Order: sequence, then C-alpha cells, then structure tokens
Amino acid sequence: MQGMFGQLINLFASVLLLLSFAMLAQRRVVTLIDLFMLQGATLVAATTVVGVVTHQPHLYLSAALTLLLKVALIPWLLHRVIRQLNVRWDVETLINIPTTLLLGIVLVIFAFNLALPISQLSSSVARGTLGIALAGVLLSFLMMITRSKAVSQVIGFLSMENCLFFAATSATYGMPLVVELGIALDVLVGILILGVFMFQLRERFDSLDIRHIEKLKED
Amino acid sequence: MYALYATLGIPLFGALLQAAVGHRSFAREINVALSAATFLAACVLTERIVTQGPQFAWDQAFFIDPLNVFLVTLTAFVGLTTAIFSRPYMAIEAEHGKMTPPRLRLYHSMYQLFNCTMLLALTTNNMGLLWVAMEAATLATVLLVSVYRTAASLEAAWKYFILCGVGIAQALFGTVLLFMAAEKVLGAEGGALLWTNLDAVKTQLDPAIITLAFAFLFIGYGTKVGLVPLHNWLPDAHAEGPTPVSAVLSGLLLNVALYALLRCKVLTDGALQTPLASRLMMGFGLLSVLTAAFFLLRQKDVKRMFAYSSIEHMGLMTFAFGVGGPVANFAGLLHMTVHSLIKSAIFFAVGHATQRAGTQIMADIRGLMKASPLLGWSMMLGALAILGMPPFGVFASEFLILTTAMREQPWATPFLLLALGVAFGAVFMRVQEMVFGSTNLPAGGTAHTAPAHLPVYAHLGLGLMLGIYIPPYLDAWYRQAAAMMGG
Amino acid sequence: MTFLGAISQLLAITAALLLAPLLMGWVNQWRAWMQNRSAPSLLQPYRMLHKLFHKESVVAEHATPLFRVVPYIVFGAMTLACGIVPTLSTELPLAPAADAIALVGLFALARVFISLAAMDIGTSFGTLGARREMLIGFLAEPALLMVLFTASLISTSTSLTTIVETLAHRELAIYPSLAFAGVAFTMVSLAENARVPVDNPTTHLELTMIHEALILEYSGRHLALIEWAASLKLFAYSCIGLALFFPWGVAEAQSPLALLLALPVLVIKLAIGGIVLALLETINAKMRIFRVPEFLATAFLLAVIGMLVRILLGG
Repeated sequence: MQGMFGQLINLFASVLLLLSFAMLAQRRVVTLIDLFMLQGATLVAATTVVGVVTHQPHLYLSAALTLLLKVALIPWLLHRVIRQLNVRWDVETLINIPTTLLLGIVLVIFAFNLALPISQLSSSVARGTLGIALAGVLLSFLMMITRSKAVSQVIGFLSMENCLFFAATSATYGMPLVVELGIALDVLVGILILGVFMFQLRERFDSLDIRHIEKLKED
Repeated sequence: MYALYATLGIPLFGALLQAAVGHRSFAREINVALSAATFLAACVLTERIVTQGPQFAWDQAFFIDPLNVFLVTLTAFVGLTTAIFSRPYMAIEAEHGKMTPPRLRLYHSMYQLFNCTMLLALTTNNMGLLWVAMEAATLATVLLVSVYRTAASLEAAWKYFILCGVGIAQALFGTVLLFMAAEKVLGAEGGALLWTNLDAVKTQLDPAIITLAFAFLFIGYGTKVGLVPLHNWLPDAHAEGPTPVSAVLSGLLLNVALYALLRCKVLTDGALQTPLASRLMMGFGLLSVLTAAFFLLRQKDVKRMFAYSSIEHMGLMTFAFGVGGPVANFAGLLHMTVHSLIKSAIFFAVGHATQRAGTQIMADIRGLMKASPLLGWSMMLGALAILGMPPFGVFASEFLILTTAMREQPWATPFLLLALGVAFGAVFMRVQEMVFGSTNLPAGGTAHTAPAHLPVYAHLGLGLMLGIYIPPYLDAWYRQAAAMMGG
Repeated sequence: MTFLGAISQLLAITAALLLAPLLMGWVNQWRAWMQNRSAPSLLQPYRMLHKLFHKESVVAEHATPLFRVVPYIVFGAMTLACGIVPTLSTELPLAPAADAIALVGLFALARVFISLAAMDIGTSFGTLGARREMLIGFLAEPALLMVLFTASLISTSTSLTTIVETLAHRELAIYPSLAFAGVAFTMVSLAENARVPVDNPTTHLELTMIHEALILEYSGRHLALIEWAASLKLFAYSCIGLALFFPWGVAEAQSPLALLLALPVLVIKLAIGGIVLALLETINAKMRIFRVPEFLATAFLLAVIGMLVRILLGG
C-alpha cells in the first residue's frame, strides 16, 4: 500500500512540474488562471495523500486550507479582476517559447542536482519530490521574468507560493500549523493588495503592461 | 511578561483603532500616543530583561534575549519619534491635498501594523513566524509606499512588492529546509522551528541541508536588507513613499531583516564549522558598500541619495557581522543603533526641506541655512554624522569596523576606505550645496517652528552621545549580544 | 539463429508489409466517418498501390540516378525498421543488429535521401518541401531519442527487444515518466508521419504541404514504393508506441502458440491505435508551419521531463 501511495505522490509531483511548464508557455491570461487552479488542486491531492500515509491530521487541515484559498478563492478573485479590468482575453506577446522552455529544462536539471543529496536525508515519504518542488519555484521565477503583464506576474508569484508549500510537504510533513496559517494569511492579504493595485496601475498608466511602467530607473 | 504582550498588543490594537478613526483630525495625536505607549512597554520589557536575563513567553513562542531586546527598544523609540515627526508633517501634506482622509486612515493604520509586525519579527522564537512577520511587514510597507497614489509611487510599490515577494519566498524555502534539518534531530513534535531549540542542537544539524538552507535564507532576507544585487526596490520605495515611511524603512525594516539574517547565521555557523556564512556576508556586504558608494555620486533626488547611503551602511554592518568576533559584532550592533538614529533624523530633516521646497530634486533646493537655520543645521549635522565625522557615533562604529577589518581581513580595507571616501565626497558635496549659499525657498512655513525639529535633534543628540560615551549598561548589553553571536 | 526465430522474423516483416496499407486504410476510413464523410473502402490503399505499380513511371529529364534509387532506399529502410521493432515477438534475429538509436538513424537516413531526391529535380516545391521536412526532422529526432532513452533508463538497455521484455514484465505501477514519454511520443509521431496538426496528408496546397511537396515529382512504381514506405513508417511508429507503452501480448517464449496469439493481439491494438489517431486528427486543427517548432519543442520538453522524473523519482 505504501508503494502505491508513493507512486501517487510521484505522479502528482510530475503533474505539478508539467503544469509549471504549461504556465511558462501559456499565452492566454484566462487559461493561466485555470492552470493555476489545477496546480492548486494537484497540491491539495498530494497533501491529502501524504496525510493519509502518515496519519498527520494537520496535513488535512493544510489541504483544506489550500483548497479553499488556492483552488476556490484566489482563482475566483483573479477571474473577477480580469473581467472587471477587461483583460480576460488578453494574449501576452511571448517571444521565443521554445528557448524559454529549454531554459526551463536547464533550471530543472539545476534544481534536481541541488536537491538530490538533500532529498536522501528527508524523512518524508515524498522525499524524492523535493527536487520537483525546487524546480517549480525556479520555473515560476522564470515565468515572472519573462512576463510583462501584471496579472501574469502575480500568477507567477502565486505559483511560486504553491511550489513552496509542496516543498514543505515533501521535505517534511508540512510546516507547523501556526506557520502555515500565517503564510496563508499573508498570501491572501497580498493578493487582495495586488488586486487593488492592478486597478490603480490601470488608472494611472492606462495599461497593465509592466514595460510601460518603468519610469524609475537609474540614469 | 505582560510588558511583552503590551509591546505587541498596543500597535495591533492601534492598527484596528486607526482603521476606524484614522481619518479624524485627532488621529495623528492618537498615533503618537499609541507609539508612546508601545515605547513605554518596550522600556519596561527591557528593564526586566536587563535585570532578569533572557526569558521565554507564551510557552516558548516568544524569546527575548539581549540581542533582540535592544532592537525592540530601538524600534519602539524610532517608531515613537517618527510618529511625533509625522504629526505636523502629515498635517501639511493634508493641506497640500496630497493626503485625503481615507489615505490618512490607511496611513495611520498601516503605520501601527508595521510597528506591530516589526516587533513580532524581533520577539518571536519561531523561525516560521519570523518569516510570516517579515512578509506582513512587506505588505504593510507596500501600502505605505503607495499611499500617495501617484504613478511613481505605484510603480515603486509594485516593484517593491514583486521583488521583495520573490526574494522573501526564497527565505521561506530556506526555512522549510531548516525545519527539515531540525526535524531529524528534534522530531516533528519537538518544536523544531523554535530558534532556542535549534540553537541548542545546532552542532547536530546536517551540514548539507544547512548549507543550502542558508543560501536561500541569505537571498531571501538579504533582499530585504537591501544587499547588492538585490537592492533595486530600496531606492524607489524610499524615494516615492511619504518621508516618515522612508525614515522607518531605513531605520527599522532594514535592521529587522538583518536581525533575521543574524539569527540564521548563528545556526549556520554552529552546524557547518566552516566560514561559509561569514564569507557570504563579508562578500556581499563589501559589494553593497562599494556599489552604493558609486551610485551615490550620480543621484539627483535627495531621498534616493540617502536611500543609497542606507544600502552602503547596511552593507557595512553585514560586512562587520561577517567578520565576526566580539569586537566586530560589537561594532556592527553599535552601527545598527547609530545608523537607525541618524538616518531617520536625516529623513526627518529631508522631509522638512522637501516640504518647504516642494521638490525632491537636490539642484532645486538651495540655501536651507538662510531659509531656516534650524533646518539647515539639522541637515548639515545629520549628513556629517552619517558620513562618519567624529564625534558622532557612526565614527566610533566605523572606526571599530575598519580597525577590525585591518586586523582580521586586511584585503578588505582598501575597498572599505575607497567606498567611504567616495561616499563622503558625494554626499558632502550635495548637502553643502543644499545648505549654504543664497536661498531659493519661499519664506515662512508653519511646520518649521522649533518643536517640529525636536525629533531630529533628539536623534542627533543620541547619536552624538553614543559617539562620546556609551552608558555602561548599554555597553554590557552590546557585549552580551556580541558574544552570543560568536563568530 | 533458431528456426523459430527465423520464422518469427519473417512473419514480422511479412505482417508489416501486408498490414501497413491496411492500417492506412483503416485510419482514413475512421477519419472520414468522424468527419461525416462517406468513407473510402478499407482496401483502397491496396488498390492504389496496384494501380501505381501498373503505371508507367515518368522521370524528369534532368533527374540524376539518385532520383531513381531513392524510392528503393526509402522502402528498404522502412522495411528494415519494421523488422527490428518487436511487433510480434521479442525473439528477432535481426534485432541485435540495431538498437533504438540505430532505429532513429534509419528514419533519418530515409529522410535525408528523400529530401535529396526532392531537391534533385530542382523545382521550387521540392526544395521547399525538403527544407520543411528537415526542419521538422531535426526537431523531432531529439525528442524521439529522449523518449527512447527514457524507456532505456527503465530497462537499462538500448536494445528494443530488451526494453519491451522489461516493460512487459513490470508490475502494474504508475510510471509518470512513461506517461510523459507517451505524450511526447504521440506528438513526435504525428509530426514524423505528416499527420494533421503538423501536416495534412491529403492536401496539395502549396502553402502548407510538407510531405506531399517532397514526392510531387514521383509517379508510377516509384510513387507506389514511396507511398508504401510511408504506410510502413506509420506502421513502425505505431508498433514502437505499442511496444513501449502497451507491451502486453508480445510473444517472448519460443513457442509457436504464443506467436500465433501475438498476431491477433497486434491487430486489435493497431485497430484501436488507428481509431485514436483518426480521432486526434479530427479534433485538432492544422497549425501554421511556424508553430511547428513550438509543438516539437513541447514534445522534446515532455520527453526530457519524463527522463528527469525517471532519474529523480525512479518512477
């Protein structure tokens, strides 16, 4: 049975990695939000499985929190925001997706190398997935760099948060509950602030393209 | 430990209270009163720690030792003086129409919340909560920076949020790894994220995990300290936010981020038995000092210039703590204190000057001394103090850092001297142009009466005192903290 | 070489030669049904081959001998490829001669020659087709290699027969790496066989055609051989896919009974595979040629992820 669960966790980890790449290559803002939702759902599934295997009840709570926040609330908020900002069908002009993807592969290899000696030391059933979690963090980072639309940057930020949660699950059996609650609160407040910001940016700059918002520079 | 609960509870309560009444005319007075109460509570707390030694509170959730209690006092003190400074400052901003009642409410509420998160970050014993508090502080300051809602301030706030958000996410990964290393020694139930527990078992932590964990923690908290090359958010956030916010950013937030880094360094040193953490801190500290010094040369905006000066000084402190040992740590702590005091004093003075001149461009501010001698002197003395002129405290700490560097890390001395020289030339030239000569400022102005300058001169006075005479209890306290950090 | 080995090898090649046009017909029939068209007969490819073989072969005036030789080379390469893929049995005497990498090499060889032949006449369509074909090939081959390497990692061998034996014997488990590799392989197969999202096998529209542009100058028995080779390629790819991802039913023991049983199993698997292919072609729209590099980069990416996942998770 343990083996079966181990495989399930590996499967979810792989799906998470795949979704990170899909987000990297996705042009449509609205699809990006759906992908983010899927990523959250995968995280919930993985956390639940680890909870079942290890009989750690607080992991269920963590999974429920993620479900509420990352699968339901935040995607709903983001959908609302892009509807009101009228950027629902915005398409990002991404140059050279193949190169970005290849760069992503290099990052994944780097992350795997970094995590390999460490994941051996982990006590969790999901230890092998630490490398994937780190890879996800780096890929989200890459996504934020390559994007110029404010909404996509925010989604990249959130996806990084997701991968960090997954790292916590795979390295240990999740962080202590009080810490997880604190992080969740920070993320929620952060996203609310960013949402408000997007409206204000739009009002000031008539655009949500970060490239138009680069006045503060060193001369 | 009621003093601790009061220290944390008053600003939290204040944030809620100000959210309700922050737009009223008496909200500015309430702000001062709340900060004063916080400072009083912090003083009581300090007194207890000094007499009774390090203490836990709330079943180990909080831990107060000589290192953080001195920062708690400093934070509460600068919080108080900044509140006093912002009372007339905000009144004028409201007159100018830059602050509307809703914005004032947001400002006051976030100001208290920011103080609360700073104090929580300092006093918590839990490395996870430390992260949460730092992130919350980021959120509060993002709102403070963007409070004017101008294009530039929104841009600065967005940049600040994204850069610091990403940076601090790395620190979360580092914390996860730290937890993982600790869990193997302490077990999942053993409070494996509590710093005191970690400190007790630090020699048993797995070196491989800790190395990686420190790398991520260094990137994460280093971004908040403003170390080059992760410093991009700092000048923008300082320049575009209201001046009281610039003062607390430089005076408090950077310190607290450095404090988080120090806590991590202590654990890393214990676990690794190699100078990895020291080398990283020395290297990036030195890089920050040098880069910031050369950027100082080309600044046109007065707040940006002093923001770069903050990067320079944070780099110097990071370098000092990287060198380690009782003397360098002592010097680093002293520098932390005096830099906070002097830099916030400078921002107060800059606030008065820019409000008077209606611009932040240095070329358009002329003859402060003629327009208002009090303002001119505060600007001049502040600049001299931050540049390390004797007899101010910065001179003492920089002198200590330099002499220790000469003894322990001779290779770094020429770089430090070069950077300090360049910074001196750059800042002194600009400030001298602003202060002396004929004035172009409009005469009069309500805020520039003597009481408005009280916080500036209080800070400068304290900075002067620390340069001449360090009270014995403060000295003992620094020594304890320095010894605790080891190195 | 055992007698049974020789038999199974012979049977495999014969089956490939005979079944390949049938598979093509099957896919075309299903595609027509799914698109609400009246379907051609299942035997239509045979009729076409028959017709072409009985026609005179017209060769352009300036053609070099290379132009005449290429259909035979391509046909030979594809037949050999079908011979070394374990379709019916893993007991193949030809198999030790070529492993997974050599198989990719065989496909590449055919591609190079057909491109040379297309440029040989000097028409603009031939050159255009050759260029597009090489573009696709150079992107698809690394992806195909990565897929095969992922499978090789699991069986620690690049020999196709060993890979199939190992995969057929594995316990039923979730292999995320194989899932990634499977998707990548499907994408590569679509590109390599000039199927819909990449190329349309039924069009002669100059803006979009790739494969048809290459063979525009061929006629008669030359064209018949090339068409037959194309169907053999599809057959080979289908069999590789089935062997890697659904290896059950391939005969291993040296028993004639297992061999006899393997044939119907193969036919059933191919039939299902054909329906899936027709479905994929129906629900996808042909993409612009400039999007093809992205499509294939994705395939490569998936294959690499599969391999990395395999290395890290052992899954």
